[in-house]
Amino acid sequence: MPTDTHPTAPTDLDSTLLTYVLRQGDRSLVLAQRLLENVAHSPELEEDMALANVALDLIGQSRLLYTYAGQVDAGPTGEVAADAPSSDRLDENHYAYWRPDTAFTSPLLVEQPNGDFAHLITRQFLHDAFAAPYWQAMTTSTDETLAAIAAKAVKETAYHLRHSRGWVVRLGDGTDESHRRMQVAIDALWRFTGELFERDDVEDGLAQRGVAADPTSLERVWQETVASTLAEATLDRPSDEHMRTGGRHGRHSEGFSYLIGEMQSVARAHPGASW
Amino acid sequence: MSGSEPTVALDVEAVRAIVEGVDDPELPHVTIGDLGMVRGVELLPDGQVVATLTPTYSGCPATDQIRDDVAAALDAAGLDARVEFVLSPPWTTDWVTPAGHTKLRAAGIAPPHAAGDGHETRIDLPVACPRCSSRRTRRLGDFGATACKAPFVCEACREPFELFKAL
Repeated sequence: MPTDTHPTAPTDLDSTLLTYVLRQGDRSLVLAQRLLENVAHSPELEEDMALANVALDLIGQSRLLYTYAGQVDAGPTGEVAADAPSSDRLDENHYAYWRPDTAFTSPLLVEQPNGDFAHLITRQFLHDAFAAPYWQAMTTSTDETLAAIAAKAVKETAYHLRHSRGWVVRLGDGTDESHRRMQVAIDALWRFTGELFERDDVEDGLAQRGVAADPTSLERVWQETVASTLAEATLDRPSDEHMRTGGRHGRHSEGFSYLIGEMQSVARAHPGASW
Repeated sequence: MSGSEPTVALDVEAVRAIVEGVDDPELPHVTIGDLGMVRGVELLPDGQVVATLTPTYSGCPATDQIRDDVAAALDAAGLDARVEFVLSPPWTTDWVTPAGHTKLRAAGIAPPHAAGDGHETRIDLPVACPRCSSRRTRRLGDFGATACKAPFVCEACREPFELFKAL
């Protein structure tokens, strides 16, 4: 999707900005791809529609982020030649379809398999509780394009969080069986939550310039949302030991390669096709 | 409309009416003007028209179709046109016009509540049935056939309907 703002930031900022924008785009796209695997398998038709719509919002957010990444990647002067092969054009499809699995920097949480519905909706909740304050903070980013993307995404994310949080409470505080499954899911997924708030030079540098959200502030809001939701759901908060990491550096689980392979198969079988 | 006649007399309001009259592909009973998606229409000195639109949802699959439909409508009017999308300020359902509300209701869709600051959902507010106006309605899900709607049923007339969600 085109925007009329073109980055004019200095080059040293551009490389960290590109890394940062791709992290967010990858997070949204990988979660959407996992959700779409579940379409037609939800416990009820309304849930299929809800999850497909959440996935569509996430794909839309990743498209906006990847389009911006392409502008940052090309630099202030650079357009890749219009007749370049589709794999070389720095458009949204380039980042979704023409990068290897190890180039994706999404957090490990969003690639976790769907499992039963308890796992799927717990994963979604742990993500949405992050995404809501994240996009809220990004509405005041000093980067105009990211602030504009955030202003749209924050409104959509409010509906996502409402939906996933509602299920966590209903199933956690539901039957013995639904409670048991929800506790299993939260115990299994908790180890992937620490990575959402990892700091590094990219995050810190951009946060100092007001471009990126501050991870520590986000974590505070996330902890409050999760604590109040788990309490209402009568679920126990797991301990913070043994947090896993690596997604940001392209170190993913085995299942991730299958996810990316399936997502990219049509584009790679028919390079340059349009539909 | 003929594409062969020179269009010297077309003023910006007439061109804007063409743009605003394009149907939404997902909600064909309302136009993109009714939905408040048209940010501006500009006539450049060289005669080119620039139509600026706001996309509704980030992932709305109709966005590309709307771009093509607006370009086609202006082309049919003999105009050299360019269609642009701007993200900021973000689209809100508060921009849906009164005529849009009337048309949505006529199509069996409850029009959106006021969006407020847009950071909270408005899905739990009372919703009147667009068919019988009863407020005894029940929400069946958070998301409908499109992201912008939620499914409801009316307990009075028993008809299912959708709410256009405040955004």
